[in-house]
Amino acid sequence: MTTVYEPLLLVIVLIPVLALIPIVITRRNPNLRESWSLLAAAATIVLVLSLVPRVLESKLLVMPLFECAPGIELAFRVDGLGMLFAIVATVLWFVTTIYSVGYMRSLKEHGQTRYFCFFALAITSTLGVAFSGNLLTLYLFYELLSLSTYPLVTHHQDEEARVAGRKYLIYIVGTSIGLVLPAMMIIYRQTGSLDFTGLGILAGQAPTGMLGVVFLMMVFGFAKSGLMPVHRWLPGAMVAPTPVSALLHAVAVVKVGVFCVIRVVTEVFGVELTAALSFGDVRPVTIVRCVAAFTIVVSSVIALQQDGLKKRLAYSTIGQLSYIILGATLLTPLALTGSVMHIGMHAFGKITLFFCAGAIYVAVGKKNISEMVGIGRRMPLTMICFFVGSLSVIGLPPTGGILSKMYLVRGTLDAGTYAFLLVYLFSSLLNCAYFFPIVYKAFFCTDEERQWDGPVQEPPRWCIVPPVITAVLTVLLFVFPDIFLGLADVYARSVQ
Amino acid sequence: MNHEWVMQSGWISQLPALVVIIPFFMAFIVALVGWSHEDRAIFLTEIGLLLSFLASIGCLFVVVEHGPVSYRMAGWAPPMGIEYRVDFLNALVLVVITSCSLISVFFSKAIVQRDFRTRKEHFYTLYLLLVTGLLGITITHDAFNLYVLVEISALTSYALIAMGRGRAAFSAFQYVMIGTIGACFYLIGVGYLYVKTGTLNMSDLQLLIADLHDSRAIKSAFVFIMLGTWIKMGLFPLHGWLPNAYSDAKDSASCLIAPLMTKVSVYIMLRLMLTVFTPSYVFSNAIAGELVLALAVVAIVVGSLKALKQTSLKRMLTYIIVAEVGYMVGGAWTATASGLTGVMYHIISDAAMTLCMFMAVAVISFKRGRDTFDVLPGLYKRMPLTMAAFTVGAFSLIGIPPTCGFFSKWYLLSGAIDAHAWHYMAALIFSSLVNAVLFFRIIEKAFIEPVHAAGAEATVIEMDEAPLRMTLPLVFVAISLIAIGVCTNYIVRAVIQYAIPEGVG
Amino acid sequence: MDLLLPKFNYILYVVLMMTGLWGMIAKPNLIKKIIGMAIFQTSLILFFISTSVKRGATIPILEHHSEPESHAHVVSVGDQLGDAVHSVATVAQHAVDPAHYMNPLPHVLMLTAIVVGVGTLGVALALAQLVYKQYGTLEEEDIISQIEADASQEDES
Repeated sequence: MTTVYEPLLLVIVLIPVLALIPIVITRRNPNLRESWSLLAAAATIVLVLSLVPRVLESKLLVMPLFECAPGIELAFRVDGLGMLFAIVATVLWFVTTIYSVGYMRSLKEHGQTRYFCFFALAITSTLGVAFSGNLLTLYLFYELLSLSTYPLVTHHQDEEARVAGRKYLIYIVGTSIGLVLPAMMIIYRQTGSLDFTGLGILAGQAPTGMLGVVFLMMVFGFAKSGLMPVHRWLPGAMVAPTPVSALLHAVAVVKVGVFCVIRVVTEVFGVELTAALSFGDVRPVTIVRCVAAFTIVVSSVIALQQDGLKKRLAYSTIGQLSYIILGATLLTPLALTGSVMHIGMHAFGKITLFFCAGAIYVAVGKKNISEMVGIGRRMPLTMICFFVGSLSVIGLPPTGGILSKMYLVRGTLDAGTYAFLLVYLFSSLLNCAYFFPIVYKAFFCTDEERQWDGPVQEPPRWCIVPPVITAVLTVLLFVFPDIFLGLADVYARSVQ
Repeated sequence: MNHEWVMQSGWISQLPALVVIIPFFMAFIVALVGWSHEDRAIFLTEIGLLLSFLASIGCLFVVVEHGPVSYRMAGWAPPMGIEYRVDFLNALVLVVITSCSLISVFFSKAIVQRDFRTRKEHFYTLYLLLVTGLLGITITHDAFNLYVLVEISALTSYALIAMGRGRAAFSAFQYVMIGTIGACFYLIGVGYLYVKTGTLNMSDLQLLIADLHDSRAIKSAFVFIMLGTWIKMGLFPLHGWLPNAYSDAKDSASCLIAPLMTKVSVYIMLRLMLTVFTPSYVFSNAIAGELVLALAVVAIVVGSLKALKQTSLKRMLTYIIVAEVGYMVGGAWTATASGLTGVMYHIISDAAMTLCMFMAVAVISFKRGRDTFDVLPGLYKRMPLTMAAFTVGAFSLIGIPPTCGFFSKWYLLSGAIDAHAWHYMAALIFSSLVNAVLFFRIIEKAFIEPVHAAGAEATVIEMDEAPLRMTLPLVFVAISLIAIGVCTNYIVRAVIQYAIPEGVG
Repeated sequence: MDLLLPKFNYILYVVLMMTGLWGMIAKPNLIKKIIGMAIFQTSLILFFISTSVKRGATIPILEHHSEPESHAHVVSVGDQLGDAVHSVATVAQHAVDPAHYMNPLPHVLMLTAIVVGVGTLGVALALAQLVYKQYGTLEEEDIISQIEADASQEDES
């Protein structure tokens, strides 16, 4: 694998944060203010995409920044995983900005300048995580992301937001300081390095019990991944405005969590060491697999019982995140490819669903599923998008979701762990069970049940265009999955 | 690095003396001039501190370029004369003291104006003398001279604290008692050292003590000196006086005392541990080391828990100081190079963090009249700049990169891991978490909680920021927290690594 | 007794020091605390001065400029403790036998310490006066109970 020096990485990470300046300056003119966000998003998309070909050629793009303390450096580095994640984050940032404009203005939310500022900051942090070349840089941007999303989660500044915000911080900052930081320090003192490598920072170390503990601290410490029992912040954080839930809690924040877990498994511990770790009879990696499988099933069951649409989506997200974690810990190339792809595939599907949930709220002010019977007649386009999104999350054609799920399933076969195969399949069934009734009831219901009637009244244009875009992209990803597939493949090959 | 550079001539050679002499004489000038022209007192104080700051910067550069600098007071050669010496251990501490005091005096003009309608020159004279004392402690290489300077800074700080509000006089009285015990313990220790070695110069002491490691007198000297410095820095369980004294002082005084006094005491401890007694002696007794480390752990835990109980900002911060003292004592007694690096770095970063937080709280109580938690709601709207600085300071105390608080924690944690001091590591993490709870509770109140006018609905909040003369220094300090963090590499490579004596693991 | 008697000055210093310390910590009256502090500081002065005393030695002022040269470059101190003696510095060109003189340095140091002690005493007394003006009492417990009463009043208002 060749290494190429690429200063653009720094530029990409800095663009959103630089956009803060014009955003704040033009805060009196909302149209101008939002155009800066859009411009910045467009610029990052173009720049990120321009790097794709080289990453696909198995080149490693690096951009060392500076040494912040002797032996510890801030550095950017992009491989297949980081590139895929960056594409997802920037593309969806653009779409979400459009959506935010529609949503925030329709609902006349307060503090919109603050909202767009912290949004941009969160994207910078997300890109920083995607591009981080070592554990310290990763940790830095991870923390920055937690902090910059706090004002977004608590945007409404009421009692509900306070409770959610508190939960958010306790789970996310608490675990990162309490578990990740000491684990990182132990790794650093043991190896003297924090730089990610395909073999793993700890490759070659003896699989001691202590490293097993460190492994668990790392995996559970990145609580953004929503692994049970550290998932409880996620449903709470749904009090945020819907665009925030959409981007941050279906895409950026939670995916940063699983991204970190993948990095830990493959590039901190390395596939070999992860497999070798054990506490006598029990292997830490088995513990993680079982917890992930448990999370998948239980969260799906909980999702079934939720009446709040966003809550149901949140629990669905928790389950889907554990798909990725389970895939990564299966330690086979196919499963790894699947989980990396799933980051992207799930993101597009899930964000469509969130957009639709928000669009319904903007148009008719309803949040609960029981109040949406027959709504397909009032908002057909929205509900079609919702249908496409749910297809992708369940993993059915013609959407991208099926591809990643196929890889994951094949990965379980490769690893010979048939129990997990059953988990994947059973969970897909549960996914159907909690999504299809919504769509079905929206379109096909008896006249007594019907709560909504024509004429067609879609939400404002700015709210309906984004879900249409993402729904189309979801379908396109089924037809042209090459970029994601290629990147995931490059990554899976680089860490074996 | 034993290479030493004694400058023979030129004005540069006078820098070490100038650092201390300028504020010292300026104190008298301020007292005299202020008697007739009260309003010039602040200007003269600023000039004095600025010159001293420049001199300390000069010293730092000379040390970085040429190695330690020795200055003989009045030309008397050590060990007969008093030697001032700037080396890698204290060059940065000097800069920290001068810069903190300069910023703090610039910042607190309006507060002093309000607190002291008349006789402001008294405040500034004491202020300058306190800075002189702290600088002298840092720069002197003579064990007895150190005692005298400790007492100078203590006496002035007693007076400054007693000027405060409410029960300040009583708190100051308690501080006098405990402070005198601390200083006298130190003096007893120095007496024993002198009796055994016949010298007071620190380098000389180091040479002579090397042959006396088995002496019981040296051992008791060490114990007395350590007890003295621990009392002075408020290490648990000797911390009782600290929260009262610091929180009852006027904001103008506590902005100087809180960031510097404990840090300078930690410096004294380090200086005596590393230069006089040398690590091989200090760390030879493993059980004693364990005990001190355990004490530090308890200090961290107790300080953090007590901070949780407080309902006023300043008082909460004073308990955080108690915990931070535990950080530093623990770091030093991990007996590892990273631990010691952590302590030296933390002296700098904690001074900056504490300054930032005390300044922010001073601004809040200046504008809102109190510093209890009930003034918090709506503060982000009202005072965005102040709260931004407060937030940065809070993040630094929690230890979030890239603020300097993260890097001191980095080194201290490294030290803990190297020494296998898991309880100390757990205490550091615990304290970080408690700080997170503390500050996010405040941030949450200030950001989310609605403001209720008496009996009415939530009111519209107007921006009501403090004057620029207060917010600018505050923002500057907040930015410097990040700057120090980002420059950690330079600070450690250029200065701190040479201050670690050889033979520390 | 043989062990203790020759060092009675040190025992006295320890006794005084403990007395002072006890006064500072245990006495409830602020003035008594201050007295304890004074005793404490004085005991230290006694300790330092007694280290410089030598049997048969005189005050450290040069009378003769030419004395027989023995131990010329050595200032001996602390020989009462019988501990290690170290050459500290040369005593100039005048060949002086330091054994004939008391060590001047502790005296000089104690002059400074006395000044410091007076300063501390003054500040402490001034503070005690301030406290008395504020609370009308010098008894620690009364003051603390008054402070607590003030604090609870503040909480109510």
